[in-house]
Amino acid sequence: MYRWFHQLGSPPYFYRLARRLEPRLAIAALLLIAWGVYGGLVKAPPDYQQGEAFRIIYVHVPSAWLSLFVYTAMAVAGAVALVWRMKLAEVFVTAAAPLGAAFTFLALVTGSIWGKPMWGTWWVWDARLTSELILLFLYLGVIALNAAIEDRRSAARACALLALVGVINVPIVHYSVEWWNTLHQGPTITRFDRPAMAPEMLWPLLWCALGFNFLFFWLQLPRMRYELLQREARSRWVARELGSE
Amino acid sequence: MTPKRKRRLLLVLSLVAGLGVAAALGLTAFRENLLYFYEPSAVVAGDVGPGTRFRIGGLVEQGSVERDNEALTVTFRLADCAASVPVSYRGILPDLFREGQGIVAYGTLDGAGLFVADEVLAKHDENYMPPEVADALAQDNGETCMPANMTQS
Repeated sequence: MYRWFHQLGSPPYFYRLARRLEPRLAIAALLLIAWGVYGGLVKAPPDYQQGEAFRIIYVHVPSAWLSLFVYTAMAVAGAVALVWRMKLAEVFVTAAAPLGAAFTFLALVTGSIWGKPMWGTWWVWDARLTSELILLFLYLGVIALNAAIEDRRSAARACALLALVGVINVPIVHYSVEWWNTLHQGPTITRFDRPAMAPEMLWPLLWCALGFNFLFFWLQLPRMRYELLQREARSRWVARELGSE
Repeated sequence: MTPKRKRRLLLVLSLVAGLGVAAALGLTAFRENLLYFYEPSAVVAGDVGPGTRFRIGGLVEQGSVERDNEALTVTFRLADCAASVPVSYRGILPDLFREGQGIVAYGTLDGAGLFVADEVLAKHDENYMPPEVADALAQDNGETCMPANMTQS
């Protein structure tokens, strides 16, 4: 395990492993999302109260989960980057930020589109919506910070620190609907008793969520590879990799 | 682990712990301000006085909705399990508005205890089910209390 961790930390090893994994991740992501979307949009019955409009959760909930998952992963990678100075962890932080921002944006936009007919408003400043908006700003902050510093290593370290500081917002987003009265409804699935959702609606949602997870890694690995190539452009393994193509 | 890394790890951990404590203290201090709405029992108990603008959230009481035939004015009572508050609203109601539905209204309390709202939003609950299941459930228990996630404070 420890040896594997060390191997993974070596850029050439990671580069080759990522290239092998990417097509498989792509297939898994596309199949799962296609299956989930078909189940959710075609097979699942309409909701007793919201009718067909509830189907937006098949995009909204997976993006919202991913927005939290990506940020948490960035914070963990940031801690590893700060303590062990591991190059791969640094690259993970900077490469993940735009993807996380995209998922957050998607969650906010789909929620807003759903909110207008259901709640009667596009936006309210309740605890859940506001904390998710702050999450988007944190992602944008990491992106801006990364772009503002010339040296790649110091930029990545600054981003890691910001990711670590902002991670405090993740539990706030998640628990906001339980700690305060919010207009946003409480958790449907991530609670200790039975999910408050009919199984024929729930399963497609879980497939979609898993598919979004694969989608993230599918997009993330090449981003990390390109960043590594750029950083190590002068090293021998890059010449070897590029020469062999 | 080298001493240098140990020190950095300690720094990172104490940074996160410190931030956690700071955030927890801050959020506890601002708890009231972060409430999106008050419950009817809190309003009846006098937690908010007349004249201040605030939001009130509860279920629309069964059989309490009265529509004015001449104008767009609607009056209804918002209830939790303990108390209810009369509300009047003039305007277009959201699609989900109906008796038994969770609603958040924004406005002021007048001297007589009537809540005059200028905005009414529907609060959706966390339950998703097909219509047949909902019908079967409704026959089992005609629920009139607020769902658990709305009664928490």
